[in-house]
Amino acid sequence: MSGLLAAVTQTGFFADEAVRVALAVGTVVAIVAGAVGVFTVMRGQSFAGEALGDLGATGGSGAFLVGVGPLWGFLAMGIAAAGVMELIGIQRPRGRDLATGIVLGAGLGLAALFLYWDANLHNTTGATITILFGSVFAISSSTFPLVTVLGVAALGIVLALYRPLLLSTISAEMAAARGVPVRLVGAAYLLALAVTVALAAVTIGAILSTALLIGPAASALRLTKRPGRAMLVAGAIGIVAVWLGILLAYESYYWPPAGRGGWPVSFFVVTLIFLLYLISGLPARVRARKQGSHRGNASRVDVSRRTGEPRIESAGS
Amino acid sequence: MAEARTGMVSAGDPSVGLEALAGDGAESSQLAGSEPILSVRDVGVRLSGRQILDDVSFAIAPGEFTGLIGSNGAGKTTLLRVILGLQAPSAGSVLVAGRPRSQRESTIGYVPQKFLLDPDMPMRARDLVALGLDGNRLGFALPSRARRELVERALESVGAGGYADARVGTLSGGEQQRVLIAHALIGKPRLLLLDEPLANLDLGGADEVVALLSGIAQRERIAVLISAHEMNPLVSAMDRIVYLAGGRAASGTTEEVVRADVLSALYGHHVDVLRVHGRLLVVAGAGEPSDLDGHEVAFPAAGEVVS
Repeated sequence: MSGLLAAVTQTGFFADEAVRVALAVGTVVAIVAGAVGVFTVMRGQSFAGEALGDLGATGGSGAFLVGVGPLWGFLAMGIAAAGVMELIGIQRPRGRDLATGIVLGAGLGLAALFLYWDANLHNTTGATITILFGSVFAISSSTFPLVTVLGVAALGIVLALYRPLLLSTISAEMAAARGVPVRLVGAAYLLALAVTVALAAVTIGAILSTALLIGPAASALRLTKRPGRAMLVAGAIGIVAVWLGILLAYESYYWPPAGRGGWPVSFFVVTLIFLLYLISGLPARVRARKQGSHRGNASRVDVSRRTGEPRIESAGS
Repeated sequence: MAEARTGMVSAGDPSVGLEALAGDGAESSQLAGSEPILSVRDVGVRLSGRQILDDVSFAIAPGEFTGLIGSNGAGKTTLLRVILGLQAPSAGSVLVAGRPRSQRESTIGYVPQKFLLDPDMPMRARDLVALGLDGNRLGFALPSRARRELVERALESVGAGGYADARVGTLSGGEQQRVLIAHALIGKPRLLLLDEPLANLDLGGADEVVALLSGIAQRERIAVLISAHEMNPLVSAMDRIVYLAGGRAASGTTEEVVRADVLSALYGHHVDVLRVHGRLLVVAGAGEPSDLDGHEVAFPAAGEVVS
């Protein structure tokens, strides 16, 4: 830890422009991904998020092929894919996985083609690595305003629709009975999700983008029982993971294997998100152990009465 | 008297509506003097070529506790969706507080069927109840003392004050049911619709929820319409029963509707009504189960209990 502090204070961590841009982009994306991700987890749309990220690879690699910034490719493909998913019925839980899977399969074939051409035409696998696994250090400072605008737009959608979105997430029927246009709200959310995934893709890569979306949100759900607070906690967890990840990647320049230019930042970010998820389970475990003696058995009876079958995980863990 | 009614029923008016029974005076629950909060008139619903509801008519007065009884597939959920304005009827009309389908959200509170939240959903009971206040509005709700007190009062009124801060998903079926009722009540509805609220409860839990709803109907003058496939938990509390079979309805007091002649006319073949230890049982009599208007009627084998 003292080594890390030394890295920050002595080697000009903040003086490096690539680092400053990476931290700024990472912060914006972590905040947006936290807020949007909480709803992704609550709505059970993690697979849709994953698919949007994978399909972003198709857009990103296509953009690279024609010489446009990958963010535009991620964005265009993500929004198009979200539109197709919406049209073929992602809102219905049963049709959701099927629709997503079908769109995903078709898109990834194109990604394979584009990445193959990228590698052959430019005689390097740099594009493949950048598109799929990202490099937040490679983002130019001129991209930051666009990232901010997109982030504010996605966050704006989720904050503006907060109550109707929450109500339709809990029960589409209850929301419809209250006069919420459930389908419209769901489509708007999917748009915000597509934009968020594109932002996450440009930060840690298309393939890894869901980690930033789902991981901090899933951790936050374990730490708080209030939906609004979960969005804040998820954003904070994302920021910690991104900042520490950037710091470790910066420091890893001196790590073995020597002369290889250090370890990729996406590896650190995703690993940290995973570790933070594991840690976030500890408070509940401690609480369960404390209450287990007098409350555990009662809750087991309640739960089994509701579902008709015992649910061991809620009583045991 | 019974024969006269049977004659009336089979003479082309299979849905024993309010009109058919209005002459019965003493034992008929009276709507006279108060305008009905809900009136369903000749409602028919046809979905992809199948007649789900056919010529359904009944009315409910403020403060009345009504059971909507029918087996699975009888059209209970469809009828509730029509009343909510989520499903347009292909025939007939529905008036809520004298008004047609518009701005209905504020007058109707709704508790859907099969509500089960994941235990890890970050949603406290009080958050869910607060969404009943203004869940359809944009943005966040600003926290205020008045708001907190409204939520608190709604939770207390259903006896859910003790678990206001618990995650909804970790509550038992009966507890979740109470929270949902508080969610529906906080918007000050005049009509409360509940779709199979007793389905996941044991007998004791079902009795508690029925007592709670019946109390709310009497105290707050809120009309309660509750759908169920099993009528017995409701019999003691019901002011009115709407019995659905094969998409058609008979409505009146339990004594008026749950009778061999009325239900036989509704089912389109003979059924018997038995009383066993105070429980009402509808059983198939002699004769073959028949089709009504070409569609399948859920009908049990002889001796099997329908309700």
